[in-house]
Amino acid sequence: MGIDIRNRIAKRAAQEIKDGMVVNLGIGIPSLVPNHLPAGMNVMIHAENGVLGIGPSPEKGAEDENLCNAAGYPVTTITGSSYFDSSIAFGMIRRGYIDITILGSLQVSEKGDLANWIVPGKRVPGMGGAMELAQKAKKVIVLMNHIDKHGNSKIVKECSLPLTSKNCVDLIITDMAVIEVRKDGLYLLEVMSPFSVEDVIKHTSAQLKWDRAITQLS
Amino acid sequence: MIENRYNKISTLEDALERIDDGTTLMFGGFGGIGNPPSLIEGLLEKNVKNLTLIGNDTGFPNIGIGKLVSRGHAKKCIVSHIGSNPVAGQLMTEGKMEIEFSPQGTLAERIRAGGVGLGGILVDVGIDNEIVSNGKEIIHVDGVDYLLEKPLTAEVSIIFAKKSDPFGNLVYDKSARNMNPLVAMAGKFTIAEVEEIVPLGEIDPEEIITPGVYVDMVIKSKGVNWKWVWE
Repeated sequence: MGIDIRNRIAKRAAQEIKDGMVVNLGIGIPSLVPNHLPAGMNVMIHAENGVLGIGPSPEKGAEDENLCNAAGYPVTTITGSSYFDSSIAFGMIRRGYIDITILGSLQVSEKGDLANWIVPGKRVPGMGGAMELAQKAKKVIVLMNHIDKHGNSKIVKECSLPLTSKNCVDLIITDMAVIEVRKDGLYLLEVMSPFSVEDVIKHTSAQLKWDRAITQLS
Repeated sequence: MIENRYNKISTLEDALERIDDGTTLMFGGFGGIGNPPSLIEGLLEKNVKNLTLIGNDTGFPNIGIGKLVSRGHAKKCIVSHIGSNPVAGQLMTEGKMEIEFSPQGTLAERIRAGGVGLGGILVDVGIDNEIVSNGKEIIHVDGVDYLLEKPLTAEVSIIFAKKSDPFGNLVYDKSARNMNPLVAMAGKFTIAEVEEIVPLGEIDPEEIITPGVYVDMVIKSKGVNWKWVWE
């Protein structure tokens, strides 16, 4: 996925963040989200490696190797930020202080099951902090490619991959669409250009519903 | 010259004598950041084998603890993540290295529990996940189910800090703190590699993150000798 598309997904995810929230960002596209927050918004970005109050990426040459996000990339901090160890970082998560977590995934089911930690026999990255975040954050947003590199839909009826956590995803943002997970299924809210509603339906192997006009995003 | 009143300030050579083939070694750090670079380089040169490594993740192939992992020095890793080190995944699939996964926060608390003398912790994270809950006792407390997760300790812990005094009181640097204070507590013998050793009294007691009682040896770091992913 090109950086433009990655940034478009990140920008859309940033719109979910409201003033005063505590937000955790995963590895990959989610780590681009802070670059798209409006200046002056009071948001505490949490990183599970022990930072609360992450700011935009530093200028080239101004990186601090001991100030990074959970993906290992340099960050800056905002006024009012704090550092702590991993047990405190996860204490905040377990205790329910994270308003939104934004993470990547391999598959999401129509019930909001999340599968993002293992491909048996192939890719076994491990769960990292995803289980705590998926199970304990107030809102879980998944950012991912709509289809995998073999052309298969990553949004599925039932996950074929081992689950990270059940019934946890609230919103899916892909390179093609924005989809909300509700108790009675998946609702298509927005479609990303140049794709059409038909394209999205065709590339989604779970049923999509809608109860209002679908927004076309440029 | 800083007075070595507690005989904790030592050399890399002495530190390496504590770690041999088969040692259970716990390490601080997260994605390479906060891994102790000089100790890792020393272990590579000493060519220790069959290590059991316990820590957050296996770093990157040429960064931090990842160097030991990708060059085949570990027989087992207890970690939460190996995704940034494809060689670790390859060694695991080929059956050359065993990986035991623990959810990251659970891993942190297991290490902390080991470090503070607890017999276990009760966690509901992963309770509906067969891979995580498999074989673990379920404890009911006031109507809520928890997994009993057992504490972790190690023969030797290696950590990275910004500053130490001769007693081993430690201060960390920003996000390089991560697992380090927990790992410091859980080692039967803890070696702190630090950027700077200062005289006793120079660190404000209010500022100390790891009290020196948890630290057995302090060595001066030669600094990071790898290129970061973003460089």
